Amino acid sequence: MSIVQTTRPPAVPSTKVANFKPTLLQTEEHHLCPGCGEPVAIRLVLEVILELGLAQNNVCVIGHGCYGSFVMTLDVDCTLCLHGRAPAVSTGVKRMRPDVAVWTLQGDGDMTSEGLAEILHATARGENITCIMLNNGVFGDTGGQMTASSVIGQRTKNTLEGRDAAYHGYPIVICDMVASMQGSAYVARGSVHNAAAIAQTKRLIRKGFQRQLEKKGLSLVEILTMCPTGWFVPAAGGADYMMESLGKTYPLGEIKDVAAAA
Amino acid sequence: MVLRLLDGSEAIVEAAILAGARFYAGYPMSPATELVEYMAAKLPASGGVCINAATEIEGVNMAMGAAAAGFRAASGSCGQGLSLMQEAIAEAALNETPLVIFNMARNQQDYFQATRGGGWGDYRTITLAPKDLYEAVEHVQLAFHLADLYRVPVIFMGDNLLARTQMAVDIRKFDFGPLPPKDWQLDGTSGGTGASRQIWTFGGGKTNTPGPGPSRHWEQIAAKFDMIATREARHEQGFVDDAETVVVAFGSGGKFVEFVVNQLRAEGRKIGFFRPVTLWPFPGEALERATDACSRVLVFELNAGQMIDDVRLNVGHRRKVRPIGGVSFDESGLNIGPLMDARVIRQRILSALEGEVK
Repeated sequence: MSIVQTTRPPAVPSTKVANFKPTLLQTEEHHLCPGCGEPVAIRLVLEVILELGLAQNNVCVIGHGCYGSFVMTLDVDCTLCLHGRAPAVSTGVKRMRPDVAVWTLQGDGDMTSEGLAEILHATARGENITCIMLNNGVFGDTGGQMTASSVIGQRTKNTLEGRDAAYHGYPIVICDMVASMQGSAYVARGSVHNAAAIAQTKRLIRKGFQRQLEKKGLSLVEILTMCPTGWFVPAAGGADYMMESLGKTYPLGEIKDVAAAA
Repeated sequence: MVLRLLDGSEAIVEAAILAGARFYAGYPMSPATELVEYMAAKLPASGGVCINAATEIEGVNMAMGAAAAGFRAASGSCGQGLSLMQEAIAEAALNETPLVIFNMARNQQDYFQATRGGGWGDYRTITLAPKDLYEAVEHVQLAFHLADLYRVPVIFMGDNLLARTQMAVDIRKFDFGPLPPKDWQLDGTSGGTGASRQIWTFGGGKTNTPGPGPSRHWEQIAAKFDMIATREARHEQGFVDDAETVVVAFGSGGKFVEFVVNQLRAEGRKIGFFRPVTLWPFPGEALERATDACSRVLVFELNAGQMIDDVRLNVGHRRKVRPIGGVSFDESGLNIGPLMDARVIRQRILSALEGEVK
């Protein structure tokens, strides 16, 4: 066992997360908050795209949320579309370019609040696209308000005493809805709250893209991402808070895989 | 020339396919329903795709995706459906996606919607309003051409008469000249090159290839629309040189007015007509010249007075301008009413002339 010398600066700088910048990002810089889970989730998607050999054969359609700022750094062909409409825009791209991998990057507000019709009808049509939904249960970009996916009891800027089912209604569990429809090929929920979950989530994302390449139908991978700022908790406490709140309503794992069923 | 008896909607769909349209997403709504029916029947055979969208909002966003991928794409409805599309039409203008929107309007009440728009931001929409199916065959192709030339949304403004009247028509190809290459299209091939492509309303560009940023980007968009306004205004006029009275009308109404004015000329009346072919850009300078010497300008439109605003803005003496149109529907509220009738228009023109003699 070696003893780390701490009385003087190390000869080589310590390893930082930024050293693992995926090839498909133009810079490791981003403007998201400390403790945010979105950059990790996006890194996983970009690594999968690279590993599947899709770097020069994919189009990303981005919705509106904090992750939208990656429209300036993703080194893939992309468009930032209207709020909630990414599955519709992707449909147009995919139908015209069926051999290009098309994926959406959306949040829970984007997909389950503003864009519920688009994701459900894209699923019903069995569009061969992969939808990535980053779920933190709040509108993070506007500062932490309730979305359709906020969980019961969750405090947000417009549910100050916590989401009350009797007053605010119940959360929309989009994965269950999409999985119940015939047009979906793969539905899974991952998380980025610890190393094991990150490794598992990457496998889920890869399967989602594989089902698209196999032309099996729509794949949806929901990823629980920390939003300490939007949850009003310390940056370091985001992961624990997430699994105590969202994690209870949104259990991790595969929900549907047509390949497994076949 | 090959004349075939076709529904207006069928002819419009064939002209769109001839223009290279490969994607359409629509939703049934009278009188635009036949457009999606014929698209569904004819587009796949031409290598295209027609999707029965769940909503007009979904349909127009699909078309935006297909256009972003580099293909000629369209959506359509009647005015009510276009209301739902306004956000996307503005988006296409601001993120520079060429898109064609068909408005098979129930009447002429969508003039403000087309020329002022209901989306956000500093944008305009080129609006082509053919007077009949012959002109429509050209305008459909022109709409796709102008959309690609300027990377803008273009509205094709038809109506009930155009959509649902059968006519013997020749669907021939028009050549409007060369177009710039679509080097901006999202084909998926530029990933990982360090110079990947982006379509974004805010014009931010990417880290390696920064764009102008929102303020400068929107300034450039506005300048583009100013440029289009100077280049693309189109009109048709007749007998204006010595006319004491000029009647202004658009679309089908323009064709009726042209017919009535021809009659009155034959009877010795010093009367002329002026028809804006593009509702935006409004042919204001041409109208100013055409009405410079006349003593009265009559505006015929089937609404409570919309185009008359643009007429008053451009006729030198606004007190010359009088409305002779009005709201006119049939009992269903879906169809053009009794005012679109040559005898009624003739009577309204004559009443206006006599009214001033007293």
